[in-house]
Amino acid sequence: MVTTAYTREEIMGYLSEIADPEIPVLTIEEIGMLRDVLITEKGYEIILTPTYTGCPAMGIIEEDIERLLAEKGVGPVTVKLVYAPAWTTDWITDAAKEKMRKYGISPPEHSSCSQAFSVGSSVSCPKCGSADTQLVSRFGATACKALYKCNSCKEPFEHFKCH
Amino acid sequence: MADQNNLFKYLLRLGDNALVLSHRLSEWCSRAPLIEEDLALTNFSLDMIGRAQALLKYAGEVEGKGRTEDDLAYKRAERQFYNHLVMELPNGDFAFTMARQLLVSAFECLLFEALSNSKDETIAAIAAKTLKEVKYHRAHAEDWVIRLGDGTEESYQRMQHAVNALWMYTGELFEADEVDAELIREGIAVDQNSLRPQWQEYIGQVLTEAKLQVPADGYMQTGSRKGIHTEHLGHILSEMQYLQRAYPDATW
Repeated sequence: MVTTAYTREEIMGYLSEIADPEIPVLTIEEIGMLRDVLITEKGYEIILTPTYTGCPAMGIIEEDIERLLAEKGVGPVTVKLVYAPAWTTDWITDAAKEKMRKYGISPPEHSSCSQAFSVGSSVSCPKCGSADTQLVSRFGATACKALYKCNSCKEPFEHFKCH
Repeated sequence: MADQNNLFKYLLRLGDNALVLSHRLSEWCSRAPLIEEDLALTNFSLDMIGRAQALLKYAGEVEGKGRTEDDLAYKRAERQFYNHLVMELPNGDFAFTMARQLLVSAFECLLFEALSNSKDETIAAIAAKTLKEVKYHRAHAEDWVIRLGDGTEESYQRMQHAVNALWMYTGELFEADEVDAELIREGIAVDQNSLRPQWQEYIGQVLTEAKLQVPADGYMQTGSRKGIHTEHLGHILSEMQYLQRAYPDATW
C-alpha cells in the first residue's frame, strides 16, 4: 500500500535529477528516456524507454531510480520499459543539446532521423564549431555515438547519432 | 484470439535469431582487423542482445509459465532453438561476417518494417525500434561488401567465396510453416516469402556494385523451424549456457 501520497509532478521532479550514466551532464529526462509516472493502487510505476534496445545503461538507471525513490521514502516502485513510441533524438531539447556540445559531444541534428546514416550530413566540431569534419568510425564507446575528427582544429570528438 | 503457442514459437524464432547472431558477433571482440570494426561488430551485437531480451521476455509472458528471458536463453536445449541456420554459422573471415550481415540485415530491414504494422502491439513496438538499428547495420555491411568486392584481387576472391558459401542458407529466411500461416491470418506475422523479391533486388544491386556475381539459387538448407540445426549451434550453446548449466540460477 502507498503510505505517503506523492503527486506525479513530485515524482517526476525527483527523477529529473538522475543523470545519464554515459553522459553525466544530461539527466534521463533531458535525454528523453523518462516518459511518465503512473500512480496506481499498487504504487508508483515509472515508465522508461531505452535509447537503443541493448543500451547497457538501462540497468544502472533502473537501480538509480529505485535507490533515489527509496531514499525519498517513495514506494512501492516498479520500473517499466516501453518501446513505443520508439525513442528518437528529436526528443532531446535544444538546451540539452547545448549542454552536450559544451561537454564535448556534437549533438544530433533535428528531424533528420529518417536517414539511417547520411554521410553528407553536417556534423560540426563541438570545440571550434567548424563544419569541416570527418567521420572516423560509425561506432563509438556507446551505442548512441559515432567518432569524428575536426579537420580545422584537428580535435577528435564524439557525435551523438541522429536516431 | 491468436493461438498462444503459435505466438510463443514465433517470438522464440525472432528472439533466437537475435540472440545467436549476437553471440557470434561478440566473438569478434578484440579480434577484428581494425579497432573501428571491433567497435562496430560489438555494437551490432549489443543491439541484437537488446532485441533478444525484449522478444524473449515477451515470449515468456505469452507462454505464461513464469519463464524469464534468461530462462529461455540459458536453459533451453539445442532442439528448442528456432534461429535461422545462417545465424549460427561460424564467423569465418571478415568478408564472411560482413557478407552474412548484409544478407541478414537486408532481410531484417524488410521484416521489421512490415512487423511494425503487426496487430500485436508489443511486436509492432519492438519492430519499430529495431528497424532503426538494423538500417544502420545494413548501411555498414553494404559499405564493406562493396569495398571488399570491388577491392583487391584477394578481397574480391574472399568476398565472392563468402557470398557463394552463404547463399544456400538464404532460402530459409523466406520459408513459412503452419505457425506463420496462422499468425499471418491473424495479422500478427508477415508473409516472409512476400519480402523475397525486394530482398533479391536490393542484394542484386549491392553485389553488382561490388563487382560480385549473384549466385544462382540451388539447393537450400533448412530445418530451423523444426529445431534442427547445423553442428555449430550446440557449440555456441555449450559456451553461452555454461554458467547457468554449471551453477543453476547463479546471480551476481
